[in-house]
Amino acid sequence: MHDMSAHAAQHHAPTTFIRKHVFSLDHKVIGKQYYALALLAALIGMVLSWLMRIHLGWTNAAIPGLQLLSKNGAPGGVMTPEYYLQLMTMHGTIMVFFVLTTAPFAAFGNYFLPIQVGAEDMPFPHFNMMSFWVTFVGFWVLIAAFFVSDGPSLGGWTQYAPLSAIGPVAGPGEGMGVILWATSIAIFCVGQLLGALNFITTTLDLRVKGMSMMRLPLSAWAWFITSCMGLTAFAVLMPACILLILDHVAGTSFFVASNLVLNDQLQPHSGGSTLLWQHLFWFFGHPEVYIAIVPGMGIVSHVLITNMRRPMLSHRVLIYSMGALAVLSYMVYGHHMFVSGMNPFSSLAFSFPTLAITIPSTIIVLIWTFSLYGSKLRINSASLFALGFVSMFVAGGVSGFFLAQPSIDIMLHATYFVVGHFHMVMGVAAMFGIFAGTYFWFPKMTGRMMNETLGKIHFVISFIGTYCIFMPFHYLGMAGNVRRYSAFVVEYMQPLIPVHRFITVAALITGAGQLVFVYNLIHSRFRGEPASDNPWQGTSLEWSTPTTPPPHNNFGDHLPVVYHDPYQYGVKSSTGDYVMQASPEQVATVNEEK
Amino acid sequence: MATTVHEPPQIDSHRLPETSHSGNGGWRNLVPADGDLRLVQHYSPPASSTAIWVVLFAITMMFAAFTSALVVRKGASLDWRHFTLPSILYFNTVLLLVSSVTLEVSRRRVAAFMGGLRSQAERPARWLYVTLTFGLLFVAGQYIAWRQLSAQGLFLATNPSSSFFYVLTAAHALHILGGLGGIVFVIRKLNKSVLRRSTLDATARYWHFMDVLWVYLLLLLWMKL
Repeated sequence: MHDMSAHAAQHHAPTTFIRKHVFSLDHKVIGKQYYALALLAALIGMVLSWLMRIHLGWTNAAIPGLQLLSKNGAPGGVMTPEYYLQLMTMHGTIMVFFVLTTAPFAAFGNYFLPIQVGAEDMPFPHFNMMSFWVTFVGFWVLIAAFFVSDGPSLGGWTQYAPLSAIGPVAGPGEGMGVILWATSIAIFCVGQLLGALNFITTTLDLRVKGMSMMRLPLSAWAWFITSCMGLTAFAVLMPACILLILDHVAGTSFFVASNLVLNDQLQPHSGGSTLLWQHLFWFFGHPEVYIAIVPGMGIVSHVLITNMRRPMLSHRVLIYSMGALAVLSYMVYGHHMFVSGMNPFSSLAFSFPTLAITIPSTIIVLIWTFSLYGSKLRINSASLFALGFVSMFVAGGVSGFFLAQPSIDIMLHATYFVVGHFHMVMGVAAMFGIFAGTYFWFPKMTGRMMNETLGKIHFVISFIGTYCIFMPFHYLGMAGNVRRYSAFVVEYMQPLIPVHRFITVAALITGAGQLVFVYNLIHSRFRGEPASDNPWQGTSLEWSTPTTPPPHNNFGDHLPVVYHDPYQYGVKSSTGDYVMQASPEQVATVNEEK
Repeated sequence: MATTVHEPPQIDSHRLPETSHSGNGGWRNLVPADGDLRLVQHYSPPASSTAIWVVLFAITMMFAAFTSALVVRKGASLDWRHFTLPSILYFNTVLLLVSSVTLEVSRRRVAAFMGGLRSQAERPARWLYVTLTFGLLFVAGQYIAWRQLSAQGLFLATNPSSSFFYVLTAAHALHILGGLGGIVFVIRKLNKSVLRRSTLDATARYWHFMDVLWVYLLLLLWMKL
């Protein structure tokens, strides 16, 4: 059995600190590394949003210490309009890429996908390690933009050409800031492609005996679908970033049109297509919305089922709906470009699938709500955040109906209505998914429970605070408040300033509420009550590990064999009202789905 | 009333030996030091077989993005300047196609050896070295093509057509270098008797795909430039 000895040699748990905690091949360590990176990124992104909100409420207020971050951008602590845009660009980029993509997908997926399918690790652990470290480098390349002479880019997270493709003449940060931005995102794409490679092969090839595809938990399905989306989307964004960098450093003209005069200077580019960047970007950009939200859907479904003690109305329909979201997400990207000057017939063509994508979204929401109806939901921090996710997804999603129609979008485009829409449906909803996952899986990841009281306080502050922040955005947008303005000097906008101040106060309180979460996370990690192997009486394989946290190879000497569908709750078994996937116990049930 | 207990589907039985630690077929299937390659064929893990299709899909998407950029950019303005492709590209194409043939010969010989044909045991890496040489010659040929174009005054930023020529050929050459790295990896594993059949197959699929991709790019450049 030569192959066994060679195999075992490669399975030895690492002994050195570097191999164990830094350059680890263990998917669980890599998952935690991703989570730590996302947490750091989220805190930075949140502070940036605080700075912006303070500026929007009190435009001439000096923010103590801000001048230390940028002398030119905030002389005396008062933010210049350009610096406001630079902070906004960094906020959006950090949040979308390094939080919303990283935490629910790469962090939780890395940790739990192999365990939920019954594998010992990902099939390509070196690629997996590389995936994290590449992402880590990408993050710091982006952050480095704060420390170059004219600061980060001010082009927004969408980096629309031609201004993003010209250079410093287009404004502060449009030189090195954009180059660092595009380099960071290209590097990030490499990391995500490596991650997607591992996720897809893990799901398809490393399922343990008995684990058919339909027996995968919904969270595993969500990560699988998301990795398929990521594979397609990031493979397109990377070449777009390369072309953008070339326009900057090599003088090519992919995105800059002829005869462009900027600051009285004729630009040396010719013939480029500014819309080309938008097409390439949004082909990635819209699926990215679902890359951020679908893992949350899976996590929330998993959490809700465990706490409802009964499966969803239809396991299959939920999976098919998430798959439909993934497919349709590539057919709707043009709705971001309704006012770009593209052919009105194209707008119509993109409007139909945009409205169509509400169908699987609605089906998913209806499955959640009708499954919840009449259930005796266990109220805990995880289930509360899962409910919050559903609430945010619905409240934010409803405004999508309006934006999907070109005639209405022309009015609402680039207003706070859009900002409110995507912050609720994509940003905060995904964050709630991350929180739900954290409270739910923390015991398995650390062996300790999080403090429930603090968790519920965190939920109440976050839930109420989020509505206070983002619902008024919709009204601001309908009142004509344009987004990306650093001050509201136009007469008709001035009555809206009190609303902005209310939002700012709400944002500061809600942000401070997140510190409760951070405290809970750190305190519970070391002082939390010890957790049992299966504190929530869950059924999927992560609750079948021999120890908590799981051992290096996840299942010890014997891999589990799967006998049941993933969510066998509401049955009579020797363990109570559930039977675990890996339990050979025969139980009678009426809710199994074929 | 239904029951939830079923015989587990035999989805993994073709690759999992009856041992503990059986989840990851990807780390098994090593070539034994005594050279009896037949023993390991049974355990060929499908992970790298699946992975290579995933990789090829991502590369396809990347070049699809470049292609659509080329088509849109060409139609966006009248500044597109046509030029004749350097003739060495056709010679390079032949080199790459031949390298695919030699790799396939190599793959079949090693596979036959793994299957128990002792007549194939002698120097199974020989054809891999030949493939490596052809691959390196291809990259060198591409470099010559770039030099020829720059000698004509056509640089990266000269015209969108030359921009796309350099970008597409450079992106492809980088992928070829990745493939050459894969072949070197296979040779090293083979020489140490730790080569997995699936690794060889995946490398071959990648290399053949690079061929197909290059022929596509050549046709695209020939039609559009």
